[in-house]
Amino acid sequence: MKPYDKLIQDLAPQKFGMRGKIWIAFLLVVILAALYAYYQQFDKGLIITGMRDYALWGVYISNFVFFVAISLVGSLVTAILRLSGVKWSTPLTRISEVIAVAAIIMAGLTIIIDMGRPDRIYNIFLHGRLQSPIIWDVLVITTYLLISILLLYYPLLPDFAILKKYFSNKPKLSKWYGKLSLKWTGTKKQTSIYNSSIKTLSILIIPVAFGIHTVTAWLFATTYRPGWDSTNFGPYFIAGAFVAGAGAVVVIMFVLRKIYHLENYITDLHFDKMGKLLVLLCLVYLYFNVNEYLIPAYKSTNEESAHLEELFFGSYAPLFWTVIIGGLIVPVIALVFPKGRKPLPLFIIALLVVLGAWWKRYIIVTPTLLHPFLPIQGVPESWRHYFPTGLEWTITFGTLASALLIMTILFRYLPIIPIHETAEERGILEHDKTETL
Amino acid sequence: MQEDKKKSRRKFFELGIKFGLLASVGTVAVAKAFDDEENSGMIELMSTDGHIMQVPSSEVHDMGHIQKDGYDPRAGFPNKKFVMVVDLAKCKNALKCQESCNKNHYITGENAWLKVYKMQESEKTAPYFMPTLCQHCDKPPCVKVCPVDATFKRQDGIVLIDNERCIGCRFCMAACPYSTRVFNWNEPDQPQAAHTGTYTPDHTGKPSVKGTVDKCDFCPHKIDMGELPHCVTACPNDVYSFGDIYEDAVTNGSGQTFKLSALLKERSGHRLLEGLGTEPSVYYLPPTERLVEFEEGMENYTEFQSVKKTEE
Repeated sequence: MKPYDKLIQDLAPQKFGMRGKIWIAFLLVVILAALYAYYQQFDKGLIITGMRDYALWGVYISNFVFFVAISLVGSLVTAILRLSGVKWSTPLTRISEVIAVAAIIMAGLTIIIDMGRPDRIYNIFLHGRLQSPIIWDVLVITTYLLISILLLYYPLLPDFAILKKYFSNKPKLSKWYGKLSLKWTGTKKQTSIYNSSIKTLSILIIPVAFGIHTVTAWLFATTYRPGWDSTNFGPYFIAGAFVAGAGAVVVIMFVLRKIYHLENYITDLHFDKMGKLLVLLCLVYLYFNVNEYLIPAYKSTNEESAHLEELFFGSYAPLFWTVIIGGLIVPVIALVFPKGRKPLPLFIIALLVVLGAWWKRYIIVTPTLLHPFLPIQGVPESWRHYFPTGLEWTITFGTLASALLIMTILFRYLPIIPIHETAEERGILEHDKTETL
Repeated sequence: MQEDKKKSRRKFFELGIKFGLLASVGTVAVAKAFDDEENSGMIELMSTDGHIMQVPSSEVHDMGHIQKDGYDPRAGFPNKKFVMVVDLAKCKNALKCQESCNKNHYITGENAWLKVYKMQESEKTAPYFMPTLCQHCDKPPCVKVCPVDATFKRQDGIVLIDNERCIGCRFCMAACPYSTRVFNWNEPDQPQAAHTGTYTPDHTGKPSVKGTVDKCDFCPHKIDMGELPHCVTACPNDVYSFGDIYEDAVTNGSGQTFKLSALLKERSGHRLLEGLGTEPSVYYLPPTERLVEFEEGMENYTEFQSVKKTEE
């Protein structure tokens, strides 16, 4: 077999096996349970959650911040690495764009889940006020979603053309790929538009990506609440987002490599490089954490102390220290050693990082609200604490499962590794094409 | 767009002139309404510069509703700027204010809009009771963050919520440093009376709506009838005084009227969390030279309850 044909055969989308079907069924069950729980919430109101007038935002909002954070990886791998001329990241670009698209879609849906009156969402368009950070978020998230979809789609054009040909024995599938390829033939003119479009999008997506997470940070930083009232919040969130996103890429690329036997394309080198990148990102994030916690702790105003003592020594302490140590410090230590950056250990560490990142958002969002300026009085004792209810967890897991389902479906029909770009890099273009070029 | 602006400006001027004329007799009418002895022949009034004068009651005419044609609940009453003074020296946590507020706004949740906090700044300083309601800030952080203009600031200083527009994002609650906003987490179980008449933001709680935010509204529905807010009239100890900052006068539940600027000066008035720059419309007089023992108020103090569950 010619290397080019072998490449296509390796990288063309494959049907789900038994494991894939079980996986899909599992996700669907979780999503159905979440839909049922959401129906309960829609019917009875947010009373079914653990939120009340003091803990007025909870796991939905922290989960939303998590999705926004994860989605930033699209810009990191596809844009920042691409523009800085890094070559090794090519096989990871599609994975990270798919993660970005799935995460940003779910971020948008999650914020609707948190609304008391989702049936009135049209008011955002009818009566939107530009001075509200929520409107900034709506604008920047939709922009980011659009650019992310384009940045996923454009590099796929040549791949769709290749797949159209490859699946010629399956006319229906082939027809779809053909339509999606927008008549890509690889002429000089097409290639030049293609290259400049991708480059333009790569540049465009960086400020928008910084925008989505900075604005998300501002949802909190524009309030007076101790623990949120911080000028550090924008960069702190962005640094954290890159950690979460890079962790997510490692986890997913490990799983995909295993299932689809992509060892020739996603090599130990990629894990090694991603591991090094993760160390750097974790260190930057740790630096912002030091700023975020130690400076208010040094000053110890009454308001800040109440919040910080709860985190350092109070009921949030076990979670706080597990997240800081398990999700940031341990990964940094483990990943400085080359052995730690081998696929399996890195996968486990990245899982820790992603889990830590999820809980970190929970710690940022929920405890702050329990330390208002005036004391909490005149409300039931239970309102002084917050923990999500079963239905709230069900809905939250449903959003996570939905994000995974979107990714699973996209990975089913799109080549996980960009075929065209890989062929170009390896210099194994289709033989008859090389002659005509 | 330009045309619209012009039109609304013209409308504003017209209203301004009309109400400017009314305002000159405004003091008279409001003071009358607050007076208990309507038929005693002479009536005591305070002029805008603080002089008390006697006027035959036959000279004073009831203005009726101060709402006029074309009244817009979003714009509020023209040429008025409402203000409240809370005298902490007088509060003994009788909670009649809260009771009346809860009843008249049909509050059925578990968090009252008007709460009397048990406060103590530090170990060695005296404890005191502090009634807290929406501060109707002139720079309201809640209004700033609302994405859909559901909560708004009116020309008369009142901050209200349009619960037919609120999307329930609760950003306003996160933004409010005074924790005065409450959310309808479920379908409010209000009495039938809450559902009578057409909805207006001027009477919050009539009705309350699932998934939207509520809070103290400074009782524009009472002001409209020339009356004082529910909490002011319900208080047996004259803790609250309410009035118009332009008239520089506030009136308490017993009908006594004070010159606002003098009161704040003499008693060293302050506002809550002044450092945040929210510019509240509620002033507090310090709990000095108190007539009542703090311990007396403790009898009524319920740490975990602010809305009594009624059987009816």
